[in-house]
Amino acid sequence: MAFQFTVNGATVSVDAPAATPLLWVIREELKLTGTKFGCGVGLCGACVVHIDSKRAFSCQMQVSNVAGRQVTTIEGLSPDSSHPVQRAWLAERVPQCGYCQSGQIMSAVDLLQRKPHPTRAEIVEQMSGHICRCGTYRRILRAIERASRES
Amino acid sequence: MNQMSCPRTGFSRRGFMIGIAGMTFAIAAGEEWFANAATEAPGAAGTAFNPWVSIATTGAISIISPATEMGQGSLTSLPLIVAEELDADWSKVVVVPAPPIDKIYGNPGFGGVMHTASSAAVTGFFTDLRTFGAQVRAVLLDNVAKQWNVSLAELSTEPSVVVHAKSGRRIGYGDIVAFAEIPAVAPDIQPESLKKTSDFRLIGHDVMRIELPTKVNGSATYAIDVQVPGMIYGAVLRSPVEGGAPDTLDDAAAKAVAGVIDVVRLPYGIGVLAQTPWAAFDAQSALESGVTWQRSGKAWGFDSDEALDAFAADARNLNMPTSVDWFKQGDAEAALTQAATGIEAEYRCHYAYHAQMEPLNTVASVSAAGDAAEVWCGTQYPTAAQAAAARALNIPAEKVKLNYTLLGGGFGRRGDYDQEFVVDAVLMSKSARRPVKVMWTREDDVHNGHFRPITAHYLRAGLDASGKLIAYNQRVVGDRVLPFEDPPRFHGNHDRDYLLMNGVELASYDIPNQYGGQIPRDTGIRTCPLRGIGFTANKFVVEAFLDEVALKRGADPVEFRLQLLRNTPRGQKVLQRVAEMADWSRKRDNTALGCAFIDYNDTLISGVAEVSVDHSTGEIKVQNFWCVVDCGIAVQPDNVVAQFEGGIVYGLGLALTEEISIRDGAVQQNNFYDYRVMRMNDLPEIHVEVIPTDNHPTGVGQMPVPIVAPAVNNAVAQLTGVRLRESPMTPDRVKKALG
Repeated sequence: MAFQFTVNGATVSVDAPAATPLLWVIREELKLTGTKFGCGVGLCGACVVHIDSKRAFSCQMQVSNVAGRQVTTIEGLSPDSSHPVQRAWLAERVPQCGYCQSGQIMSAVDLLQRKPHPTRAEIVEQMSGHICRCGTYRRILRAIERASRES
Repeated sequence: MNQMSCPRTGFSRRGFMIGIAGMTFAIAAGEEWFANAATEAPGAAGTAFNPWVSIATTGAISIISPATEMGQGSLTSLPLIVAEELDADWSKVVVVPAPPIDKIYGNPGFGGVMHTASSAAVTGFFTDLRTFGAQVRAVLLDNVAKQWNVSLAELSTEPSVVVHAKSGRRIGYGDIVAFAEIPAVAPDIQPESLKKTSDFRLIGHDVMRIELPTKVNGSATYAIDVQVPGMIYGAVLRSPVEGGAPDTLDDAAAKAVAGVIDVVRLPYGIGVLAQTPWAAFDAQSALESGVTWQRSGKAWGFDSDEALDAFAADARNLNMPTSVDWFKQGDAEAALTQAATGIEAEYRCHYAYHAQMEPLNTVASVSAAGDAAEVWCGTQYPTAAQAAAARALNIPAEKVKLNYTLLGGGFGRRGDYDQEFVVDAVLMSKSARRPVKVMWTREDDVHNGHFRPITAHYLRAGLDASGKLIAYNQRVVGDRVLPFEDPPRFHGNHDRDYLLMNGVELASYDIPNQYGGQIPRDTGIRTCPLRGIGFTANKFVVEAFLDEVALKRGADPVEFRLQLLRNTPRGQKVLQRVAEMADWSRKRDNTALGCAFIDYNDTLISGVAEVSVDHSTGEIKVQNFWCVVDCGIAVQPDNVVAQFEGGIVYGLGLALTEEISIRDGAVQQNNFYDYRVMRMNDLPEIHVEVIPTDNHPTGVGQMPVPIVAPAVNNAVAQLTGVRLRESPMTPDRVKKALG
């Protein structure tokens, strides 16, 4: 079955079973591999994208759920890594292995869009849906505070 | 940049030199490999001066990095060391990952193999890489001296420029290449001619890690991201118990899944080939009720709780002799007999899982005839990955072209000799006769994990009449690691399982009579080095036990350790500093402090934890963690801090929540809902300080992990008066201990 939706501003049509997780469509069909597979059960946040400008765990979304909607992945955040959150991530030297960071960045952007100046507790609440096994949490926190300050 | 390939052929070189002072490389792979390896990066073609450095007429300098990158930063730090002595302009350096050739790019500090492990990259390569950089600089200077007909002594370098101060002439490294003659034999570089640490321009000064920009925009490529034309997908259902094999198979339900191409019987499991990953995973689930397993393999019937009880009984049973003397100094038994006061204690540690964020996977493309293969994987041990693929296909290793990518976490899991996640893909591709990406689900990754072993520890200490600690004896009963993880390395290490036993010895402490002995156990459960290896269990045990000794003596735990460190001034310094940072002597309301000190392969670390305990839930909350490290020269100081911050988080998980249990040989946990790792809301404030010294750099990646559990344990004992004797210190154990 074909589903039409928008990814990073471009309209796409994907022929896949309705229950196919959006994550795999993004990664293997659309070849946008910045969005990662980590747990498949919505517990690690490596797969976070935006749907209609709000964060979503793409491993928990079926492709049929996004028909007609707008999906943004890490690749669509900015053409040149110039988004304030991406810049803050580099300034704070956040990534280690880097595998979880696309999802972390997408969640941070979601938070700052809703709440440009979040409290530390609000940052912790939003970001605790993610796992970074390298343990970069403190730098993630600092990067979000920096992005909030500088944007 | 971050996807790496074996060298292509057809590069014509001017020539290059090999060898470091007093040493010549054995050249088995053929010189072309060096030259090609050194110019593999796009746009980096140039003259190969040695197997590590090539310089293009544009001034671009390619430097080989011999370690795989899993977040620890070696991809940047190692070439930076070469660039320092080469006096290269870092902005002109292109980093080129080394091809899998142990003879050239193996770590001299890690058995000469390309195995990124043990936090041994910078420390193992440091001196050689400096020498290689200095050699190239010497050749450049020599060429300019001849070209300008000036004395060598009148020349100096600035970043990527040779300068003749007397005449004011300057020439860039790229321009020298145009006329450079490269000697057949490398110039002799004496250690004293290397730069003084005070002259370093790059070492000790933070630079942006070269791959970091790709990690904020999704362009960093991990093995799981690799796609090749004609590729299909694979998933494997493995035996629930190591060594098991499929017996009966009803694959009707799996084959009924839309998109499934084939079901493949493997020696250790059943594979599914499908058009899409979701079809492969659906079919894998459908197989579960259709397969029965032969109860081959040793671990069927194994129960980890029962095993640990038995281990603990054996550790305590002094009639059962240790069969490996791990460490011996003086006569601990005799000293224990003579001691005025004796103290004994027992501790236990459970299995733990790596939980690297990228589940294991590999892409393989095996030729139709099955006589050659190309492999894409994220590995800590490229030459083992190549060899494992070759063994699985029964073809020579040189028929396997290995492409290794960035790793979505390693922590030891991607360094085992068997590289079974690579074997999956080559066997499936051979069967499919086309490229296959085999991915493990998170559940596969947990169920088929290679674990930190279970251990039981029985410790005894003796104090003389003056209260001096004169005897220390530890008996460890544990699941062996190295014989499973890497049999050749185990035999190469004289059958000594350092992955289990490291850290039992107390080299920095002045305790005259010491004994550490091992009673090895082989349960059939898969074991593996896990960030911190044996230090994590052994330092938990020892540092908690020493606090027991200190309390028995009525001594302050920091003061007690400072006395034991009387012959280790660097150790005293890190401990004194962390005590200052934590305001050690200040009493708190509702929280308490605990300290620990460890020496880990010459990296000296101290930590202080501040904890509170919820008596109703048994939950330990770490409020603050202070940590001080002396790792010698910090090549990238901020990266050292980052590794310590992350390592402390990793250590907190191992100390508080992370546990794998085994019933009837099978892993009981499944995913992050029942294997709980640290999240942002679990964290204390973390304070890390690096004490810079001029000593040879030592490791930092895994070193902070073992400092956490003993500091937390000691803080809980201070706060509650109760000693916790098991790691992880889960709420149910805490509640039980508090009564």
